[in-house]
Amino acid sequence: MDFVFMKDTFLSLLSGIPLTLNLAFTSVAFGAVFAMLLALMRMSGVRALDAVAQAYVFVFRGTPLLVQVFLIYYGLGQFRPTLQAWGLWTFFREPYWCAVLALTLNTAAYASEIIRGGLQSVPHQQVEAARACGMSRFLLFRRIIFPIAVRQALPAYGSELILMVKATSLASIITMMEVTGIAAKLISQTFRAVEVFIVAGLIYLIINFIITRIIMAIEWWLSPHLRHPPAVEPRLEAAHV
Amino acid sequence: MSDGVPSLSSQNEAVSISNLRKSFGTLEVLKGVSLTAKEGDVISILGASGSGKSTMLRCINMLEVPDAGDIRIGGETIKLKRGRRGMEPADQRQVDRIRSRVAMVFQSFNLWSHMTILENVIEAPIHVQKRPRAECVAEAEELLGKVGIVDKRNQYPSHLSGGQQQRAAIARALAMHPKVMLFDEPTSALDPELVGEVLRVMRSLAEEGRTMLVVTHEMGFARDVSNRVVFLHKGVVEEEGRPQEVFGAPKSERFKQFISSHR
Repeated sequence: MDFVFMKDTFLSLLSGIPLTLNLAFTSVAFGAVFAMLLALMRMSGVRALDAVAQAYVFVFRGTPLLVQVFLIYYGLGQFRPTLQAWGLWTFFREPYWCAVLALTLNTAAYASEIIRGGLQSVPHQQVEAARACGMSRFLLFRRIIFPIAVRQALPAYGSELILMVKATSLASIITMMEVTGIAAKLISQTFRAVEVFIVAGLIYLIINFIITRIIMAIEWWLSPHLRHPPAVEPRLEAAHV
Repeated sequence: MSDGVPSLSSQNEAVSISNLRKSFGTLEVLKGVSLTAKEGDVISILGASGSGKSTMLRCINMLEVPDAGDIRIGGETIKLKRGRRGMEPADQRQVDRIRSRVAMVFQSFNLWSHMTILENVIEAPIHVQKRPRAECVAEAEELLGKVGIVDKRNQYPSHLSGGQQQRAAIARALAMHPKVMLFDEPTSALDPELVGEVLRVMRSLAEEGRTMLVVTHEMGFARDVSNRVVFLHKGVVEEEGRPQEVFGAPKSERFKQFISSHR
């Protein structure tokens, strides 16, 4: 192993991290909004909405993300005149937006199931107590259902975020110079695939280690009710005793 | 007579239900129940499981929507209309407004698990009744003191015993300044040694002159605290009267059996 080469590789790959994180967080952010919509459609009780959302989840969960990336990047190019007429071509011309779109559509399918699970886990009795207090549907959702569902869904959503960070590596296939894209370029220049991919893997590991920690911290912060209570209630008078 | 204007005859009347009917599927749970509670009444509602007593209570604040019959709270009749799946409230805002004046205490407490005890108590006063936070907190602490758990205010429901949780739920109900309090088997989920602390709080509420409708299996409470007892059997009122009368000289054979099996 050539450690000097690996150190240089590491430094070169660092410049890909902003794009990797950008792709991951942008698509997770858009995907979360879309996923919420899908989850609400599935739980709406309206059969048509439920069926559409179910079909969507089936298709996007059941096909490889790489295929989706190809279809969006190369496939939509065939409809260039139409897209130009609609003013969407400037959007689909950019590999960045094609990658974001593919990642967003994909994560929305998974996340909608996570969110649905969270919403369904909210205890019926707590909802009933809120209704009995005269809460409107919106207030009930904002103050009771959503906060409880988030706490329930967070661990699974954390895994989804990690999967998305790794999935951004597929954007390298459509010319995105994120960590894997830079790694591929370095390999074509040096032919030292093993060292470069080890370093690239290490970088993903570090990113995901940090993300895991952050999610654990948020979980801890959101769930004091699941921890043991403080042994003694802090009292002001204690200073005098 | 227009809705919402208390008529002379309904003065002092807190809750009135008449000819209430409710079915779940083919099972008819309430077969025309009527009941009137005046302000300050403490009514114990007794009955075997399946007699419809909880359903009746839950109809009063529209957690169940009756198929037929009228519910009047403080002289205001709850407006119903026929929807796609049976009856439904005609005016959800009316229902929300009435609910904020009719507090309910549940069998399994139903405290919000992600909020501290104090947050549970101030939640609806702040967000439903839109009262200032400082005022709500001060009052909540007073109420928690009254039910004896002010030292638990910053703990979460899962950290409390069942009796403490139920007392917190009573404080939460009181914080709404309710005109009527509904108790749905408030001690049935408690260990026997915790029943007393909850009943003591309920007794003190009764002594303050609060209007209470209590579905219960506690014969002692029904006999000593309430001023009226209603016995439901298979969806109809089988026996009704003052506790001394109905317990001393029950007219219905079924109520006799019920008393003898519940002592």
